[in-house]
Formats: sequence, structure tokens, C-alpha cells
Amino acid sequence: MLDKVLFYFFAAIAVASAVLMVTRRNVVHSAIFLITALLATAGIFLQLRAEFLFIVQIILYVGGIMVLFVFVIMLVNLDVALQQIQFARQKWVALLVALALAAQVGFMFWTSGKMAGQGLPVLTAVAANRLPANSETVAHSLFESYLLPFEIASVLLLVAMIGAVVMAKKRT
Amino acid sequence: MTLLGADELVINMGPQHPSTHGVLRVKLKLDGERVIGSECIIGYLHRGVEKIAENRTYQQFAPYVDRMDYVAAVSSGLGYCEAVEKLLLVEAPPRARVIRTILTELQRIASHLLWLGTHALDIGALTPLFYCFREREEILKIFEKYCGARLTTHAFRIGGLQYEAYDTFERDVERFCKDFESRILEYETLLTQNRIWIGRTKGVGILTAADAIAFGVTGPVLRASGVKWDIRKAAPYAAYDQYKFEIPVGTIGDTYDRYLVRMEEMRQSRLICLQAIENIPAGPIMAKVGKVLKPPPGEVYHAIEAPKGEIGYYIVSDGTVMPYRVHIRPPSFINLQAFDRMVRGHLVADVVAIIGTIDIVLGEVDR
Amino acid sequence: MMNAILQATLEFLKLYWAPLLCGVAIVAILPLIVGYIVLVERKLMADMQARLGPMRVGPHGLLQPIADALKLLIKEDIIPDNADKLVFWLAPVLSVGAALLALAGLAIGPAFQIAQDINIGILFVVGISALGIFGIVLGGWASNSHYSLMGALRSSAQLVSYETAAGMALVSALLFTGTLNVKSIVLAQSKDGEGIWFVMLAPVAFFTYLVASIAETNRAPFDLPEAESELVAGYMTEFSGFRWSLYFLAEYTNMIVVSSVATTLFLGGWLRPFASVPWLNFLDFVPTLLIVAVGAYCIVRAPKQPARVQQLFMLAVAGLCFVVGLALLAPVLVPVAKPFYAGIHGGFWFIFKVSLYIYFFMWLRFTIPRYRFDQLMRLGWHFLIPLSIINVLLVGVALIAGAYFNLKGWGLLLVTTPAAVIALVVALLILNAEKERNARQNQTVASDFYAG
Repeated sequence: MLDKVLFYFFAAIAVASAVLMVTRRNVVHSAIFLITALLATAGIFLQLRAEFLFIVQIILYVGGIMVLFVFVIMLVNLDVALQQIQFARQKWVALLVALALAAQVGFMFWTSGKMAGQGLPVLTAVAANRLPANSETVAHSLFESYLLPFEIASVLLLVAMIGAVVMAKKRT
Repeated sequence: MTLLGADELVINMGPQHPSTHGVLRVKLKLDGERVIGSECIIGYLHRGVEKIAENRTYQQFAPYVDRMDYVAAVSSGLGYCEAVEKLLLVEAPPRARVIRTILTELQRIASHLLWLGTHALDIGALTPLFYCFREREEILKIFEKYCGARLTTHAFRIGGLQYEAYDTFERDVERFCKDFESRILEYETLLTQNRIWIGRTKGVGILTAADAIAFGVTGPVLRASGVKWDIRKAAPYAAYDQYKFEIPVGTIGDTYDRYLVRMEEMRQSRLICLQAIENIPAGPIMAKVGKVLKPPPGEVYHAIEAPKGEIGYYIVSDGTVMPYRVHIRPPSFINLQAFDRMVRGHLVADVVAIIGTIDIVLGEVDR
Repeated sequence: MMNAILQATLEFLKLYWAPLLCGVAIVAILPLIVGYIVLVERKLMADMQARLGPMRVGPHGLLQPIADALKLLIKEDIIPDNADKLVFWLAPVLSVGAALLALAGLAIGPAFQIAQDINIGILFVVGISALGIFGIVLGGWASNSHYSLMGALRSSAQLVSYETAAGMALVSALLFTGTLNVKSIVLAQSKDGEGIWFVMLAPVAFFTYLVASIAETNRAPFDLPEAESELVAGYMTEFSGFRWSLYFLAEYTNMIVVSSVATTLFLGGWLRPFASVPWLNFLDFVPTLLIVAVGAYCIVRAPKQPARVQQLFMLAVAGLCFVVGLALLAPVLVPVAKPFYAGIHGGFWFIFKVSLYIYFFMWLRFTIPRYRFDQLMRLGWHFLIPLSIINVLLVGVALIAGAYFNLKGWGLLLVTTPAAVIALVVALLILNAEKERNARQNQTVASDFYAG
């Protein structure tokens, strides 16, 4: 029961934050609601016993990417952007796509548990220190099973960093 | 305001500001973080001292000079008294000259101590301020015992001294000088080899020797730029020709050099005091001047080496009891001219260090 | 639905009532503790500056934090004109929330931990305390002042820069444990693991973490964004009264958090010095002796107090010291109280080490001047980050060598000391290169802007 309530709690926060994020006029408010949406998602990860993902979500997404977003928002003059009307031409396409996605998700919910092998898993409550060792599992899979993708991702990030530094250097 | 692709920005510092050492207003033109131009707006403490002098007798004006450089009142008083004595063609007796020297050198130490404490505080070292004030307190106690006042002392009179050196004067000065050597070591331990201090002061606010002379800069700022010029050696006054002391000279003329020069000056002042108290000649302390001073018509310019630079008094007498014109050449005012040259190209955070290193007192700048 | 929520809440309380209680207790008394840390800082500052510090409020100024707290609570709450009210309210709350939440992951003794035995232990603390950056940035933005915003952005840039170096330094120490769990980390330094504190195995990492943690908490010499209130107003300027005290609380709680992380990872957590050496067991009496010495000092000074109420106060403090000393002595001598040894003595040693770390923070603040912002960033990016990354490499190599030669415990010193020496040499090389670069740059500055 605690599991369920917690899930709905985090999910409600995530959905509400997401809606508020796209509807606010004030950009910083949007950023704040994005932060709460991401934190709620991290909460859902935690509730699913994925502790490592929870903390990595917070460190990287909230503590890294959102900090970058907020920096850019505060350094760039956004008054001009606020005057323009957003979503002028894509309104109808967007609505269509959103309806299609909603139909798919609704179908998935409706059939959960009704057909064998489909639907959402149900987890039982278990104390924290009897969980499978989260970080160790992730570490093993990253460095043993998926080493090549890991290295490729690292090289990609390195290239991105170097590119950013080169672009940001002033031409003196 | 858009900050990407930074344009020029003009920001204002002061006049109320914790780090401008008085009511100084500085307008800085910035290109991003670098200062590309500056303007000092002074006059917030202008009290019309030179105009007042035209309506006071020579003795009545003496306390006014203390209030200009209120940090080093004794030196200002010395300059004024000696200037008027030159006008009157009178010389203070030897005993008076020696005691004047001792008190002026103690005042130099006190002024440099205040400079060091506040300069270090601006750069972020919180502790030297309290140590410097502890020593300065000793000197001010000596002044208080001598003439009754700590800050605006009016210690000297035209023609000599009013007060005889009190009975424990030599002992107090000797005890202070003996303690002071270890104290200077304390300050040096905290700052001189500290890599953060060196990082904040080396290469900051460089003033070349040619620029210094061109701007008319005097005092430790000039000497740190490499010019060996000290009025105590070039044109000795009071009793300076009787004592042996060195003139510290810097090489590059950056903030670190000015710091070293002033530290060494404190040491040399201490040496002068020790030499002086060994042999204070006996005799009268006041020359034969009348109660009413009417100098013969004429003009005089007399300059002495105040802690901040050359303080000069240009007095024109028309034969009456009040001077016709008194003009004071304050060292801080002339030194402040070099501020623009020193601050260009540096970061905003260095501006505070550079203001501190010139060692200005706004009372002197504005008069 | 209400039924479900009620049932879930009861389930939660049944499972987690103990950590919840501990959490509430900590949040309740932490402001008081932080207030007294501030008093200790002021007294220390005064002592190093040849003066006395707060003396008026209460005997020897001991009630000063309470007076300060009362004053801040009754101050007028000023909100700048065009400030964004939601964000203005949120910013200090975010700072404090992040700092307090990070405390939950720390183990003060083997028995006292709020988030017990979580798998991600130290990473939780580090990650959550990184959320405090938002408190700073949003605070600066909500002040609706250009200079506040610049100060906030600088401060957060500094925090982000030094986070990497701090993280790498922690990784160097984590290499010896193989786990992120806080209790396991401390156990790895006890006789169940290596038996040697990681500060001896990875001293360069400890040094890097020390410097990075000073920058993380915005303390001197890295406090330019805070103290440069001349040209760029710090982000805290527009916050008055209770909001400012929240920021202040966040800063000192952050100090406690980084000290606790350093203590756990490098200084052996709650372990007694030389816990695995049996012939040094007499060190178990050190806590008692220390506290009893403080009590004896109070008794000696009591007659010299001017007022009767102050004398009684000193005697009361002495009594308290003796009671605490007895509580510390009992688990060592009395067999019935032996099981409490780990909890009580562990708590004492942990708090002692955290206090030493914080004392070092304060000592640095009063002694050295502060770095200019560009020098600060240069130190972080050009010196600390390369040094910490190279240190991780060297420690890793040392560990592999240690495993190859089957070294354990103190034997690991044979491989880690050369690694530390090489890291030091690398550090000196970087510093040398920086010095030469500095000298070259100063010359160009001197000649650049003198045209006209």
C-alpha cells in the first residue's frame, strides 16, 4: 500500500510539474518546475528500488543539466523571446501526436495484467539492506557486459567537451 | 541588459564604500571584467582649509593642518611649523628638533601600520588589522602622554615645542621600539611569503619610474617604482641629518613592491627612533619668537617627507598676523592622479587593492 | 483514496519511526548547534586577533547565539520591489533543505544514521548537497539586482568547478573500499578491513578534498563571491531576517556535511585512532580525560568569576562535563555497558574529528587573504582537477600492485606512498607551470593598456 501511494504521489508531482512547466510565462518558473519534475522522476526511480539511478538522476540531470539551463536563462536576455507567440504553426500536429501517444499508453494500462506477460510488474516491500547491491550491479554491467558502449559514450562526451571549450575560447 | 558579448559598462564605486578609505567616488569603465578607464571624483570632504587659513593667525591655523591627514597629524604639523619658521627666519632649538624627529618617526610607523591593516583587510586577510592596531595603540598612548591627544595632536608649535618630553618618554619609546621588531616579523610571517598575498599583489598596479615622475608621485609609491628620492636625505629637515638610515627602493613598482617598501620604512623609522633617544640634547625647547607672529612679507615653500609622500606648504605672507595665502601640496592628492594609469587593464577585484596601495586619506585629498 | 493514504502513512510510520524521530530531532536542534559553531568561530577569531569576542550576552558571551537568533526572527521581512515572490521565498528554503537532507546520509556513530544502510551512501550525500547550488542561483536572481545575480552566478560557478575535484578525490579513497555504503567505508578502515585510515593511504586525495571542500562551502580563502560586497553584491544581500538566517544555517550545515564526509572517508569515521592496535588501547581513556580536563578547568576558573550567577554557571558546566566523562568511561571499564562502547565512543570520536576539520576551516579563514575570482577558478580547473584525476590513476595502479603482491592493511603503504610522492611531484610541476604563466601574463598586462 505504501508503494502504491508513494508512486501516485511522485507521479502526481511529476505530471503537475510538467504541465506547469510548459504553461508558465516566466522562464525561471518553468525551470523550477522542470527541476521538480525531474526530482519526482528520481523519486519514482527510488520507489522502484533503483537507488543508483535515483542519485545519478539527481547529480547529473538536476545538479548538472538544470544548473546549466538556469545559468543560460539568467545570462541571456529573454524579454524578446517572451514577446513572441510560441507554438504558432505546430499546434495541430502536436495535438494529433499527443492524442496518439495517449491512446497507446491508455491501451497499455487497460490491458495490464489481463494478458499474460504484459502489463506492469508488481513489487513487494523489502528492507533496504536486503536489496541486490545496486551500484555494484550497475558497475558490473557497465564495465563487463557493456564496456564498448561505455567507452564510446565517454569518447563522445570528451569530443563534446573539447568542442565546447574551443567554441567558447575568445579569438584574441 | 544583455550580458553576452559584453559591451562597455560604467560602474560606480562609492562615495560610501567600505574599501575606498574615505569618501572617494570612483567611476570605472569596464570591458567585461577588465577596467579600461577610470575617473576619481573627489571633493566630498572639502572643507575650505586653505581659505580658512587666510582668516586665522599663524598659530591659530596650526590645529587645522592636523585635520587634513588625520592619520598622520604629527607630520603635517611638522611641515607647517617648519614652513612658518622658515618665513620667520627662526630655527627650533636642537632639543626640540630631536624630539620632533622622534615623534614624526613614530607617526610614520603608526600611519604605515594603519595602512597595512586596512590594505590587508581589503585583500581579505582579517587578522593583520588587529595586530597593527595593537601596535598603533602603543604609539597613540605615547602621543597622549606627550600632548594629550591621540589623533589630531597639534604636537608642535611654531618655534619649537610647547611641552617638554615627559619623564618616561625615552623609556616608553625604547620599550616600543624593542618590541616592534618582533611585531614586524609577525606581520611578515602572515603576509610576505604567502602565495595568495603574492598572487593578489604581484604585478598589480604597476607604475613605472618614468610615469611616477611624470605624475609627480612622491613617497613610498615613488620609491617602489625604483626612484631613490626621499626628502629626509635630499633636503634634511628637523634632525634627520644626524642619523643613519636607509631608503628602501623597489624595482617594478607593483603593489607587492609598495608593501615591501613600507614594511622596510617601518624598520628604518624604528632605527631612527632608537638612535635619537640615545642622545637627546639638553636645552630649551622653544626658540625666541614673540607671542604675536608677524613674519616679514615674502613667500616660502617647505616640503617634508610625510608617511604618504611629500607634503608641501606654500605660504605667502604680507606682513600681517594672518597669512595672505596658504597652499598645501597634499601627497595623497597628487598620488591619486596615478590611479588611472595603475588600474587600467586590471580586473575589477584589483581596484580595491590598488586604491589601498596608494595609501590615500581623503581629508588630505580634499582639504 | 483517503483510506489508502491513511493506511500507507501508518505503514510508513511503523517501518521508519526511528529514523523519522532522529531526523526531526536533528532538524530541531541543528539551528542551535550551528549557532554555537558560529559563537566558537567568533571566539576563535577574537583569540587569533588579540581580542575577546562576544562577552556581554550571557557569561562569556555564551547566550550570544540565542540573542542573534531572536533578533533575526523579529526583524522586518523586506522583499525588493520587483522581486519574484515565489522564487524569493523558495531560494533559502532550497539551500537549507538540500543541506539538511544531505545530513541524513551520514553516520555519526555505528548506531546513528537516518538513512540506514543505503547502498549509495556517500554518493547520496554528495549528490543532495549539490542541490544547494539552486538555492544560491535562484536567490541571486530573485533579488532583482544585477550585482546580486552576478555574485550568485559566480558563486555557483565556483561550486560547480570544485565539485568535480572533490568527487575525484572521494573516488581515490573509495578505491580502497569497493563500496559506497557509509558503514562499510568506516569498517574498511577498522580492523575488519585494512585497519589503516585512508588519509595515510591517499594523502593527496585528502589534501585535494580539503581544498575543494573549502571552496564548496564558500569559505575563505574562496569567499570572494560572498565578501566582495563592494562591487558585486553577494547573493545574500537582499535577504534579511529569517531568510538570511536560513542561508547562514545552510552554509554552516554544509560545512558540517563536508567535514563529516571527509571524516568518514579519510579520517576513519567513528574509529578511535589506532583502533586495530591492541597495545594502544589506553587511548580509550582519552575522551574521558579530555572532558574531565575541561570540567576541571571550569572548576578552577569558577571562583575567579565576578558574579555569583557566573560562578554557579561554571560549576554547572563542570558538573555536566563530569557526567559526560563518566558516560564515556563506563563502556570502557564496566562490563555491563560494553555493548554501548561503539555507540558512545564512536559518537565522541566522530564529533571530535569533525570539530578538528571545522577548526581548520576557521583557522584558515582568519589567517590567509582571499583569492581573486579568476585565480580561484584557475586553481580549481588548472590545478585541482588534473591533480585529482592523476591521483585516481596513481592510486588505482598502486592498488593493482598491492593486489599483485598480496599486501594488506599497513602493507599497502608500501605501494601508496610512492603513488602519493609521484602525485606530489605532478602537483609541483603544475604549480611551476602556472607560476611561469602568471609571470608572463603580468608582464603583458603591464604593457597592454598603456597606450594613451
